[in-house]
Amino acid sequence: MSYNNQRNAYGSTLVELGAENKNIVVLEADLGKSTMSHMFQQAYPDRYFEMGIAEQNMASVAAGLSQTGKIPFINSFAVFVSGRAFDQIRQTICIGKLNVKIIGSSSGLSDFGDGATHQDIEDMAIMRAIPNMTVICPADANEMTAATRAIAEYHGPCYVRSNRNSYDNVTPEDKPFVIGQPTVLREGNDIAVFACGYMVGLALKAADQLKDKISLKVINVSTIKPLNEALIRELSADCKGIITAEEHSIIGGLGSAVAQAMAACPKPMEFMGINDRFGCSAHSYKELLDYYNLTDQSIIQAAEKLYNK
Amino acid sequence: MYSEEYLNSLAAKAQILRRDVIISMGVGNAGHVGGSCSAADIVAALYFHKMHYDAKDPKNPDRDRFLLSKGHVGILQYAALAEAGFFPLSDLENTKSLGAHLQGHPDVLKTPGIEAGTGSLGQGLSIGLGMALGMKLDNSSRKVYVLVGDGEIAEGQIWEAAMAASVYKADNLVAIVDKNNLQATGPIAERFDTNPLPAKWEAFGWNVIEIDGHNMGDILNALDKADDSNGIPTVIIAHTVKGKGISFAENNPAYHNSALSQELYDQAIAELS
Repeated sequence: MSYNNQRNAYGSTLVELGAENKNIVVLEADLGKSTMSHMFQQAYPDRYFEMGIAEQNMASVAAGLSQTGKIPFINSFAVFVSGRAFDQIRQTICIGKLNVKIIGSSSGLSDFGDGATHQDIEDMAIMRAIPNMTVICPADANEMTAATRAIAEYHGPCYVRSNRNSYDNVTPEDKPFVIGQPTVLREGNDIAVFACGYMVGLALKAADQLKDKISLKVINVSTIKPLNEALIRELSADCKGIITAEEHSIIGGLGSAVAQAMAACPKPMEFMGINDRFGCSAHSYKELLDYYNLTDQSIIQAAEKLYNK
Repeated sequence: MYSEEYLNSLAAKAQILRRDVIISMGVGNAGHVGGSCSAADIVAALYFHKMHYDAKDPKNPDRDRFLLSKGHVGILQYAALAEAGFFPLSDLENTKSLGAHLQGHPDVLKTPGIEAGTGSLGQGLSIGLGMALGMKLDNSSRKVYVLVGDGEIAEGQIWEAAMAASVYKADNLVAIVDKNNLQATGPIAERFDTNPLPAKWEAFGWNVIEIDGHNMGDILNALDKADDSNGIPTVIIAHTVKGKGISFAENNPAYHNSALSQELYDQAIAELS
């Protein structure tokens, strides 16, 4: 079944996985009705652990569960599960390469009303910096479903960020998720746009609007780490410039990762993201994205700037 | 009741662990000698009396588990693992050498018998709780023993774990507090006083047992009592002496983490032999 919301896609996929694999266990820090982990609680109460508002303990308990052969999924808002539990994730889960899945819900600006404390703009940077960690930012609900399945199959620590809001899918339903594989969603040969998460859809809209003037190649980089650097260079080889687009700080996330890949054969680049500042409250997601210039129009402007260089 | 002879043999094993700790440190290399010696009797009781495991099959699911939440005394656990046959005793001399499997703090990927990485303080009890919950899901009757320091329990996560263990009725989880009254910079009571311990753990819903952590009979009886803790986790508060068994290190915060000269090395080995 297809969803248009990553949280619902995730919750329902967890339930399916729970039926298929008795080792799947789920831990939550009192946000189950928001992360949608509560769907698993209803289906498999014995394998669901409400850990209270205590993210650090939740992460370490998951480490212990994984050492008994369980596959724990831990849940909270992205800002808390990656930030509050950073040390536990680093020390035990990643140094030990333990099989723990960390799901950061309401990532980026998607929790538009709650402001800077709840809007997560650093999670990909800090999770990416830890050895042994896999970092995934699915483009839409379809890809969230597939990624949830893929990380359950993979043995090792994974961090997946998800978006709070509903929006149209841009990737096909039922396409298996291959960790580490960027996918070209639109062919083009003037400017390459490497995007992740909600920004993938905006990049496709920008490509549509520019199609008679500038040919945009849109690449969905849903695995931020590991990043196939050679493939990034190959995919952008025909293009004269590169745009990276992420709902995240421009420091340390997708843009930094792509720039590092391109350092061997540099091209002009534009970094679209949040420019080293915190989020703030707004009454709608769209209003907030506009405020931070995370729009299809911004991608168009960046493409024109690179194209006319 | 355990015979005097049996208790003495375990106490002698603890002395061997202390001596192994000194050997693994060698001369001139810093090591956590104080906290190793305070916990040696407890660790000897666990590895050579209480716990069920197979050193030749360290991941056999039918095993009791030990977690060193105070991971800085890894050298003590390495001594126990080597004496128990998980790896050769000669490996101890390479502790902390570049490329050695015995790291400064326990490493689950490198060292056989280590159940999870510890070293950032305050996390071992939570990890142990996770194992205890996993073992309950598997209907295992085995137990998880977690050694925590009395300085370490200033970490808030210890109390998150204490609450959660009580909520989940983890009666297969046993915490042992090595209450040696000293932390890195000096007496705990003069710095960040974590006392009174029994009342705190009782308030968190734990079965509390207080013992002399150097009395082998006390230790074995407490571990046995923990087996009967129906529906609640057990904490054993073990009163210990930091640096126990080495006269110059006893109750001396200078030997929390320090190197030994050749003279002090020889003295320590002589006192422990």
